[in-house]
Amino acid sequence: MRVLTVLIAITAGILILVGYLFPQFAAVQTLLLNYAIIFVGAAALVGVFNILFVHADKIRRREKGSVYSAFLIMFLVATLTFGIIVGPGHITMRLVVDAIILPVEAALMGILTITLLYAAIRLLRRRLDVISVVFLLTAVLVVFGSATLPFGDMPVIGTFLRPWVMQVLALGGARGILIGVALGTLTTGLRVLFGADRPYGGN
Amino acid sequence: MYGFGIELGVVAVSAVLLLAITIWKRKSPAKLCGIAALTRLHRVIGLSVEDGTRLHVSLGHGGLLDSRGGSALAGLAILRGIAEKTSVSDRPAVASSGDPFIGLLTQDTIQAGYQAAGVGELYTPTTGRVTGLGPFGFAAGALHITQNENVSANIMLGNFGPESALLAEASDRENVVVIGASNDLAGQSVLFASSQDALIGEELFAAGAYIGAGTSHAASLTVQDILRWLIVFVLLGGAFAKFAGVI
Repeated sequence: MRVLTVLIAITAGILILVGYLFPQFAAVQTLLLNYAIIFVGAAALVGVFNILFVHADKIRRREKGSVYSAFLIMFLVATLTFGIIVGPGHITMRLVVDAIILPVEAALMGILTITLLYAAIRLLRRRLDVISVVFLLTAVLVVFGSATLPFGDMPVIGTFLRPWVMQVLALGGARGILIGVALGTLTTGLRVLFGADRPYGGN
Repeated sequence: MYGFGIELGVVAVSAVLLLAITIWKRKSPAKLCGIAALTRLHRVIGLSVEDGTRLHVSLGHGGLLDSRGGSALAGLAILRGIAEKTSVSDRPAVASSGDPFIGLLTQDTIQAGYQAAGVGELYTPTTGRVTGLGPFGFAAGALHITQNENVSANIMLGNFGPESALLAEASDRENVVVIGASNDLAGQSVLFASSQDALIGEELFAAGAYIGAGTSHAASLTVQDILRWLIVFVLLGGAFAKFAGVI
């Protein structure tokens, strides 16, 4: 069974890769990707049940914070049931998204801004080295350079230093990092294609 | 076809190099240079088993069907090693993700780790969790694990955006060690500012070699180095050719 799993995974991976490189195989690639999208849809349902089981288990064990788990299950079941009955396009379902989910995410985004500022302030306490100092100075420079002032951009910092840092230093560094990430992704993908890494149930 | 030719060439050269170097590395083990965050990772795995605390491996919210999948696969390879090493602990490692597909793979990977350690019967499916769909939903669910499950280290390896700051901040409040790497630039900068030792760029993909996930991981590092030098030469050659008016 395990050999069959590995065989299916490697064959599917190679066919999809070949589809990118040779347009003649694009139809096979599209077919496999369409199957994958259906599987992702089914996996989303499994994911919802996973959330349900994990939190139900927490309540059963009376673990710390299980009251939040109870709230989560209550609202998850209510939203899911209501969504199945009336459909996702119903005005009440849209209200759930617009009046609850979006404001909560916006609130988290607000907390995130303060958290990032706090993390930047504590960076030097946690790790006092040249790179940390450069990181913090650059962040301060970019923030001041981006600030909107009544008389326009801040002289030198806003008109010259910030654009130069962002378009030359930051862009160059970002490209270097992204090339490294791309190479890492390539070798990771090849390991999966060769069956050296088997995250799908193989030892 | 010209573009596809280059891509095919890169994939073919990488594949041949990876195979050849993996065979070579089996005969002579790799010597790895020190990366502070990965040394700390090695240490926290051992400490968590000794002091009965839990490791939380977070794989981010990247899916498998796009370019973010590579980082999740790298995270899964590390999870496999961690699951094997901590399977006999009183509080075995838990994994969280924000993508249902990756969530299924975390369960399979953890189970494989338990089976490799010879304790397959101790595996419980709730150690691999989907904590929420979408970046903030995932972060909110993962915060719950950090705060309530006696976690000693938060290992964040995968696709994280700025929401990783919420996880790092919660870890800091609970005195939990944070080891983080992301393939996303915003996530990387946030993790750099919030974690004790930061992993930058491709170091995310090096972690497998450092925790002894197999010779293919060490070979991958060598292949990446070779390809990186090739890119450096091509970039410098292109710049020189442009300067000289050849292209």
